[in-house]
Amino acid sequence: MDAITENLDLYWAGFLTTVSLSLLAGLVAFSLGTLLAAFRVSPFPPLQALGAFYVETFRNTPLTVVWFFMVFALPLLDIALPSFFVAGVLALGLYTAAFVCESVRSGINSVSAGQAEAARAVGLTFTQTLTLVVLPQAFRTVVPPLGNVWIAMVKNSSIGAAFAITELTAVATRLVNTYPADVIAIFAGSAVGYLVITIPSGLLLGVVERRVVILR
Amino acid sequence: MSQPTVLYDVLGPRGRRNVRIGTGVGVVVVLAIVAWIVWRLDASDQLEAERWGILFDTESGVPQSLGRALGNTLRAAVVAMVLSMVIGAFLAAGRLSDHALVRAPVNVVVQFFRGIPLLLLIFFVFLGLPRLGINLDLFWSLVVGLTAYNMAVLAEIFRAGILSIDRGQSEAGYALGLRKSQVMRLVLVPQAVRRMLPAIVSQLVTLLKDTSLGFVIGYFELLRQGRSIVEFLGPRYGLQIYVAVAVVYIAVNLSLSMLARYLDKRTSRNPKVVFDPKAEETEAVVPLGRD
Repeated sequence: MDAITENLDLYWAGFLTTVSLSLLAGLVAFSLGTLLAAFRVSPFPPLQALGAFYVETFRNTPLTVVWFFMVFALPLLDIALPSFFVAGVLALGLYTAAFVCESVRSGINSVSAGQAEAARAVGLTFTQTLTLVVLPQAFRTVVPPLGNVWIAMVKNSSIGAAFAITELTAVATRLVNTYPADVIAIFAGSAVGYLVITIPSGLLLGVVERRVVILR
Repeated sequence: MSQPTVLYDVLGPRGRRNVRIGTGVGVVVVLAIVAWIVWRLDASDQLEAERWGILFDTESGVPQSLGRALGNTLRAAVVAMVLSMVIGAFLAAGRLSDHALVRAPVNVVVQFFRGIPLLLLIFFVFLGLPRLGINLDLFWSLVVGLTAYNMAVLAEIFRAGILSIDRGQSEAGYALGLRKSQVMRLVLVPQAVRRMLPAIVSQLVTLLKDTSLGFVIGYFELLRQGRSIVEFLGPRYGLQIYVAVAVVYIAVNLSLSMLARYLDKRTSRNPKVVFDPKAEETEAVVPLGRD
C-alpha cells in the first residue's frame, strides 16, 4: 500500500487533471454539439449536410485516431497547438460533440409533432412555440443520454495517458515501474479516482431525471 | 422538407424564400470552409499527387502493410466481440437470476468493469498482470482488456432487452407451464434479440473503434502500423498515411453502422414486433453506457 500513501499528491494531481480535462472538453462538446444539432434540425440543407457529415465522421473515427491527429498530424500542417493538454481538450471535445449532437437532436425529435401543432392552434407564435412548448420537453428527454455521454467522456479522457497528459491512468502506469509489488493497489487507486467522478454523476443524473421526467 | 417536423410548419411562400436565401448563405459558408482547408493543405504542399500516390503504390509496401494492419485490427475485434458476447450473455443471465447470492456478485462485477476506463483495464492487463506472474502477448492483452469492458456493457444491454419485453409474455409462458429456462429461451430471448440488435451492433462498432487502443501498448493495428510507416518513410508522407488510416476506420465502421440501421428497419417492419415507444429507450436504461 506504500505505493498509494507515498504518492497521494501524484494521484491528486492526476485526478485534478482528469477533472479539468473532462470539464473543459465537456464545455467544448456541449457548445459545439448543440450548435451542430441546431444545424441538423434547421431548414437549410447545406447546414444539415454539414452537421450530418461532422457527426458521421467523428462517430465512426476512434477517439485515439482523433487525438493522434491533434498531436501528430496538425504539426505537419504547420498548425501548432500550445500544449498536449489543449490538444487533449480539443480531441475529446470535438469527438464528444458528435455524440452530444445526436442526443440533443433525438431529444428534439422525441417531442411529438402534435405538441407544436397544438401550440400553434392556440395561437402561440413561432418563438413561443419553441421556447414554451418544444424546447422544455426536449431538454427533459435529453438529460439521461447527455449524462451517459458525460460519463463516457470522463472515462475516455484516460486516452490522454497515451498522449503525454499526466492524468489518473498515466499515474498508474508510472507507479507500476517503481512499485512492482503493489500492482493491484496502484491500478485500484486510479480506478477509484474515476469511480469518484462517475458514480456521483450517475446518482445525480438519476435524481435530475426523476425530477424532470415527463409522464407520457 | 419531406417529413413534417415539430420545429416549424410547412413553409409558405415567404418561408420558402427565406429558406432559399439561407441555403445560399449556407452553401457559401460551407464552400468557404472547404476552400480554406484546401488552401491550408496546398500552402504546406500536402496536395502533391506523389504524396498521395504512395497509398496505392504497391512497390512501396504501404498498401500491403496497411492491409495486414487492418487484418490485425479485425482479428482482435472479432475475437473480443465473440468472447464478450458469450460472457456478457452469462453475466446478463446472472443479473436476472432469482437468487440474490448469484445476482449480487454478478452485479458488482458488471458495475465495476463498466465504471472504469477501458484503457486502464488494458494497461492493467499489459503492465499489471505480468507482475502477478501472468504473461499475455500483445494480442491477448488487448483482447482481454476489450472483453472485460465490453462483456459488462453487453450484459447490461442484454438485461435491458429482456426486461423491455412486456411482462404478459413471460406470464403467458408460465401459465402454459413452461419452466423459467424455457420461458427465457422460447419466449423472451427471441423477442429481445430483435429489439436489442441496434444497440448490440452499435456497441460492437464501439468495440471495433476501441481496438485502436492497441496503439498505446504497441499492438500492430492500423494506427500503430501507420505511425511506424511514417517513422520509416519520414514525415513527408505523414498526413497521407494518417488520413488513409482514418478513412479505413470510418469505412469499416460506417458499413457496420449501416448494417445496424438496416437491421433496425427490418425489425421495425416486422409485423410480429408491435410498436412500442419504450423500445427506443432500451439504450437509455443502461446508465453507464459508453458512447
